[in-house]
Amino acid sequence: MHELAITEEILRITVEHAEKAQADRVTDIHLVIGDLSSVVDDSVQFYFDFSSPGTVAEGAELHFRRVQARLRCRQCEQEFEPKSQDWHCPNCQSLGGDVIQGREFYLESIEVV
Amino acid sequence: MTKITIIENVNKANDQIAAQNQALLDQSGTFAVNLMASPGAGKTSLLIRTIETLRGRLLIGAIEGDTASQVDADKVATAGVPVIQINTGGGCRLDANMVQPALNALPLDEIDLLLIENVGNLVCPAGLALGEHTNVVIASVPEGDDKPYKYPGMFIAVDAVVINKVDLLPYLDFDLPAFRDLVVGLNPDVRIFEVSCTTGQGFDEWANWLVQECQERTGATS
Repeated sequence: MHELAITEEILRITVEHAEKAQADRVTDIHLVIGDLSSVVDDSVQFYFDFSSPGTVAEGAELHFRRVQARLRCRQCEQEFEPKSQDWHCPNCQSLGGDVIQGREFYLESIEVV
Repeated sequence: MTKITIIENVNKANDQIAAQNQALLDQSGTFAVNLMASPGAGKTSLLIRTIETLRGRLLIGAIEGDTASQVDADKVATAGVPVIQINTGGGCRLDANMVQPALNALPLDEIDLLLIENVGNLVCPAGLALGEHTNVVIASVPEGDDKPYKYPGMFIAVDAVVINKVDLLPYLDFDLPAFRDLVVGLNPDVRIFEVSCTTGQGFDEWANWLVQECQERTGATS
């Protein structure tokens, strides 16, 4: 549900940069979303289709680069990608670890004409 | 076609307002706690019992976040503290922009500890800054002991976990040691409190921690 506010922010940043570049229109928007950032692609797409008409970003294609969660085991320092219900280290079986990847949520770039 | 590299955090606007909120709180010597939990975990009950436990030790204020209604603020107001209700209009979490006018409406100079009750939800509020100094999730025994598996994003984002409704442990199949192991596995530095809003169990320890955190941050004494 918070994707509406998020999408409006994505649109705001996009329009700001497109205007600065004096672009006629935005063709592509590249987003990077970590799996731990609780953002749903389909939902962003839905709100984008709803919010973008009439702006310089109307018709732009959204690209979602998902970043899988990645942990570093605190016991053996093995890095691993946890499965949804299993945060055990595959090497030493201890639970959890420091999150080294997966919280990202940023607008990486846009393409304009 | 031109590619424009941006690399801008989508939550940046929120985070800037959150920083303003924290500066405002710091100026007033107010320590703010973001209380998160699923609906029904006992956020409002915990808030009221915390106010009662700390009466005479800290001046408390509250912000109640809900999708709709004034019910929680009315309940908290009966405990005799200043409280502001924020209705998100269906929104799944508070954000810094919603909290700012509430801060401006509260007598912050007369508040040592501000308890911000977020919208009941274990997903969306996690990690979104409001301006708070510490983040707490309340997990209640009837919800089951597998919550940290299902909502790791929440359990890694908090400074403390309050296990509420521990008076129900004898009647429910909740594996407390397993739950604690899970939480610590995800977040080794987290503080864990076991409380019951019904019996008052564990409230001294929880309240003492709040006082200590509050004093460390603001130097407030009473």
